[in-house]
Amino acid sequence: MTQRARNWLLIAPSGALLLVMLVLPLSFVFVFSFGERGPSGGYVPAFTLEQYANLPARWTAFKNTLILAPLGTLAALLIAYPLAYQLAVRTDPKWKTLLLVLVIVPFWTSILIRSYAWIYILGGQGLPALLGSIGIENVRLIYTPFAVTIGIIYGYLPLMVFPIYVALDRLDMRLLEASGDLGARPMTTFLRVTLPLSVPGVATGCMLVFILLMGEFLIPALLGGGKVFFVGNALVDLFLQSRNWAYGSAVAFTLIVIMLITVTIYMRLIARLQTGREDVAVM
Amino acid sequence: MRLYSLAVYLFLYAPIAIIALFSFNAGRHASDFQGFSIQWYGRALNNPFVMDALETSLIVAFVTATLASILGTLAAVGLQGLRGPARAIFDALIYIAVMIPGIVIGIATLIALVTVFDVMNPWLESLWGDADSAPTLSMGRGSLIAAHTMFTMALVIIIVRARLGTLEKSLGEASADLYATPLGTFRQVTLPLIAPAVLAGFLLSFTFSFDDFIIAFFVAGSETTLPIYIFSSIRRGVTPEINAIGTMVMLASLVLLIVAQLILRRGDRK
Repeated sequence: MTQRARNWLLIAPSGALLLVMLVLPLSFVFVFSFGERGPSGGYVPAFTLEQYANLPARWTAFKNTLILAPLGTLAALLIAYPLAYQLAVRTDPKWKTLLLVLVIVPFWTSILIRSYAWIYILGGQGLPALLGSIGIENVRLIYTPFAVTIGIIYGYLPLMVFPIYVALDRLDMRLLEASGDLGARPMTTFLRVTLPLSVPGVATGCMLVFILLMGEFLIPALLGGGKVFFVGNALVDLFLQSRNWAYGSAVAFTLIVIMLITVTIYMRLIARLQTGREDVAVM
Repeated sequence: MRLYSLAVYLFLYAPIAIIALFSFNAGRHASDFQGFSIQWYGRALNNPFVMDALETSLIVAFVTATLASILGTLAAVGLQGLRGPARAIFDALIYIAVMIPGIVIGIATLIALVTVFDVMNPWLESLWGDADSAPTLSMGRGSLIAAHTMFTMALVIIIVRARLGTLEKSLGEASADLYATPLGTFRQVTLPLIAPAVLAGFLLSFTFSFDDFIIAFFVAGSETTLPIYIFSSIRRGVTPEINAIGTMVMLASLVLLIVAQLILRRGDRK
């Protein structure tokens, strides 16, 4: 057997699985999005753009996702950056790995269980009761956009810290010293040296979190209580409750297209930022 | 700065601690603590619904992780020597598998498999001749394993490929010069070197499959996995029993993670 044939044989089983469980199902979503709903739910073959024309009916879900996903990503970034900086630059190397692992561990435990813990904290008996005891009455936290944002930050913070940490950890400390020796104040060094060099990590972290948030279902389902819902919640409703497969497929396909467009624009922007800086570095 | 880090760690761990604390609540009510008790752990472990769901989750996670690490490793090795459009297409598919939201994977798999099964079942019936003994295809453990394996296999390919990339090419060439067959080289040279990555991939696949809610929600059919059970219970109200289950699940994931970490670390040292 030639080496080429052997390589083909090695990738054949996984290739087949990708075809049957990824390409085929996604093609179904595409085809179904041009179909019609059957009388008792499901799908009737047709070619119509009716489902896409109906998209504005689910506008609130798209609006919530497109507002809260970037907002949650930004909030996670603002909280993650100082921590990643502290871990990568200011921590004794002896403790670095342990402290980093402590940040990442929660990410690999069930997000379902971690999210519902916030029902306790934000629910009537939790923080609002605590605030009530110091005189701030009638604060409502659970089932608000605030609760969903907290859930998002909590759920995805580890994913944001990790890439930023990696970027900052690779940083050549001599650059920072050089900047200081040349008379730059610590803040200037941070803004002109550290921050630009950590852009790749920031970019990766934001993209990972943003992509996962676009398809989020659990956090709004548990902490938004039907009032704050994402496209993911609309999809669950369309496929499992009202069984409107054609319309649901159109919503899902639109979500994928929006994701592809935002991620592409985003990567272009980051790439431009990078090349811009390389010129400076050469100078 | 230190204080800030401390606050973030508190933010990360306080909710977990609260669940663990309330799982030891003696009272029935979820939110006021009425003394220490381990009764909810006993209740959870004696609840047949919980045990059924746990069994399903464990079987699905184990089969998924096994299939994903075997298929993923083979593919990663095969892709090493492959160039051209086939390689580009394969890479694109892996990228899509990882990037598409789980919820879209879930609904896509649901509508595709249900439609295909609706076509296949009458056909199988006519093939068998009588409707009673003919096999019926339906959503369940099989579809769940297939969907989970597709996704986690992509993860394994990424992890193993990263490891393969660090290996010296000369090792394989030396082995071939010493008249080892390609299979012999794979078994005696490559496999021992990538074993830590494969094992880490296995454990990550297991954890993913065991914790996954959203894909399972769509493709599990009438089967209930542990996350599906927990989700539907929370919908009816949080109980100390759910807290006990959650605490046990998180402890188990923690142990698996530590094992994965240790294995990867040992592999790096070699």
